[in-house]
Amino acid sequence: MNAIASIPGKSQIEDPIVRFSGVRKSYDGETLVVRDLNLDIVRGEFLTLLGPSGSGKTTSLMMLAGFEAPTEGTISIGGKDVTALPPHRRGIGVVFQNYSLFPHMTIGQNVGYPLRVRGTAQDEIDKRVMEALEMVELGAFGDRRPAQLSGGQQQRAALARALVFRPDLVLLDEPLGALDKQLREQMQYELKRLHEELKVTMVYVTHDQTEALTMSDRIAVFNDGRIQQLARPADLYENPQNAFVAEFVGENNRLSGIVTGVGENSVQVDVGGAAVVKARTSSRFAKGEKAVLSLRPERVAVAQAGKWENDFTVDIDKVVYLGDINRLLLRFAGGSEFAVRVANVGSGPAYKRGDSVRIAWRQADCLAFPAE
Amino acid sequence: MSATTTLADTGQVPRRLRTLVRRAERQHLTKMLALMAPSVVFVALLFVVPIALFLFRSVDNVEIPKYLPSTVAEIGQWHEGEMPPEGVYRALTEDLIALKGEPEAAVLGRRLNYSVPGFRGLVTRTVRQLPDTVPASARDLLAGIDERWLDPVYWATLKQQSGRITDFYLLSAMDLQRGTDGAITQVDETQAVFLSLYGRTLYTSVGVTVICLLIGYPVAAVMASAGPAAANWLLMLVLVPFWTSLLVRTTAWVVLLQTEGLVNKILIYLGIINEPLSLMFNTAGVFIAMVHVLLPYMILPLYSVMKGVSPVHLRAASSLGAPPVTVFRTVYLPLTIPGIAAGCTLVFVLSVGFYVTPALVGGPSDQMIGYFIAYFTNSAVNWGLASALGAFLILVIAAIYLVLGKVVGFDKLRVR
Repeated sequence: MNAIASIPGKSQIEDPIVRFSGVRKSYDGETLVVRDLNLDIVRGEFLTLLGPSGSGKTTSLMMLAGFEAPTEGTISIGGKDVTALPPHRRGIGVVFQNYSLFPHMTIGQNVGYPLRVRGTAQDEIDKRVMEALEMVELGAFGDRRPAQLSGGQQQRAALARALVFRPDLVLLDEPLGALDKQLREQMQYELKRLHEELKVTMVYVTHDQTEALTMSDRIAVFNDGRIQQLARPADLYENPQNAFVAEFVGENNRLSGIVTGVGENSVQVDVGGAAVVKARTSSRFAKGEKAVLSLRPERVAVAQAGKWENDFTVDIDKVVYLGDINRLLLRFAGGSEFAVRVANVGSGPAYKRGDSVRIAWRQADCLAFPAE
Repeated sequence: MSATTTLADTGQVPRRLRTLVRRAERQHLTKMLALMAPSVVFVALLFVVPIALFLFRSVDNVEIPKYLPSTVAEIGQWHEGEMPPEGVYRALTEDLIALKGEPEAAVLGRRLNYSVPGFRGLVTRTVRQLPDTVPASARDLLAGIDERWLDPVYWATLKQQSGRITDFYLLSAMDLQRGTDGAITQVDETQAVFLSLYGRTLYTSVGVTVICLLIGYPVAAVMASAGPAAANWLLMLVLVPFWTSLLVRTTAWVVLLQTEGLVNKILIYLGIINEPLSLMFNTAGVFIAMVHVLLPYMILPLYSVMKGVSPVHLRAASSLGAPPVTVFRTVYLPLTIPGIAAGCTLVFVLSVGFYVTPALVGGPSDQMIGYFIAYFTNSAVNWGLASALGAFLILVIAAIYLVLGKVVGFDKLRVR
């Protein structure tokens, strides 16, 4: 990985390219869409704002681009307060979710637009437009109209247009949202390649956690107008700070119960159905408190010999065939749905509804959070 | 891909397939035609055919061949530069005797009077004084009744206008006339009215269109960017004039604009003016009332096009470094050109044909072509000239539409 890999998960750092401090946004004067956003963006990083719709991630991005004004707080870029600066003077490249290419211009004219409005000389424009188009592999498409391009090509052209004036900061608002799955994956790699080549700072908004995990240096998980966690992808997946992050990022089994025993960084939780689960925690619990447990399906061993802290035998409720794996839905902890995965290796037992199966997992793989 | 290739390769299956497809298309077409038939029949019978018939009147020369059949047959023997032979005089006398006491004499007189002023009087007087039978010399008889029958001008007119088709009305509508020698010349300046009338009509229409565009564009832009509730209210305000009759609105303007009207009273009360402005029976009144009447026709097409301009394009432009004025000039304006073209075409075409508003609010020198068509249809009963004026109006509009279509593109002139 690159130098960015050492970025801490802290919200305050030295010399950030962007700093949100105390930013709040309300459209109706009653409900806050963004509550108290404090975020520093590191020069050169690929930061993803991840969250469900209505979580405030897009509003935060739009405030950074200058299309929305914060109700309170300040936004600074490169140490300069830009809160009141109109979008055209911020020098930020923006790629939108919908095809934002101007339909009355050719692809070349679209890509040259930011240079034209800056009064760049025509031969310089021609040269840089060609470079930008070749960079996104659209060198031969300069004379086409946007409508003659496929969705993926249009988004690549939009990307070239946002990069051609060499901004330090590029914002991407779900740019792959309208593309089909295969194209989306291809574009993810392309974006990542451009990010590494150009060393620009990219702020990427998405609701797709896979996209966030594959591309980002850091991910800020938004919910309810707040950043729930800001961390590198692996940290986010392995050590979610609360139940929301655990559930939103990756697949997750959620169990809730009452704490029956407390150890050092560990708890025992009665999840009902005569099952007591041992779990890791970083929170302080007292006996009798409610707790939520989070367990990744792939961390559950199915029908394997070995010693595990948690070991149960349960009934199979449903078998879902997914090709590479079979997903077993189990009846566990008094009936709540519990999913595990079994790799489809071609041999091994055939699972069917009503069978009993042994499941087991490590205490370290199961996280306990206080119930909200 | 492979499926179509196989089908094309095997000879028989595609033919069957083609028959099936063609049959399906035919059924579809039949259904469409059946659905459209009522409106097509209605428009054809009550609109296209009457208009075509009326336009034919601009070249139709019914009266002279009908009421002077013998004269028309004989007059070919007369060559200009000499006096008409006796046979021609005799034929005319017979024709006129047949018209004695008939109302058609007046119709014929009126038609001849269009070509030569005074011809009507000559005809009625002659018809009145003719005996019941033709004497030995018809020429002496006619010359005895009125000396003008010895003037070749009247005979030249009769000869010229003896055909079933005439260019007389079309020429008149262009301020042109055909002299007795057959050459086309301009009419006297004192009699030339129509060219300046076309000029005034075009000038007024262009002026009204431009004012409507300047006033309507910002309104439409605000409506298109407003929230749904506000946009509905604005739309209703724009549409209210649509729901009131044109006549009522124009009459209201008469009340408002007259010297003692509301507008002048308020301006004087506010101390902006001392003397009442003359806003009625002049060009200002015509412009005010026409702009008011036609504004919705500009705003609605603009609005519907502006509604389709994605705000993302504007955001994109401004994020790429374009200040607001540049965003407007390079993105918003080009994207709304279809609306401008559609709105301007609509307002222009409607205002070219305006009649009631200039008639009520304008002065005598503000009347547009519609007024004269109505005048020649209703008052002067010169349908030939009325339809010639109408024909040129259609030509002018068609020409403007074609030019606009070439410049802007026909697909953009649609009103959505």
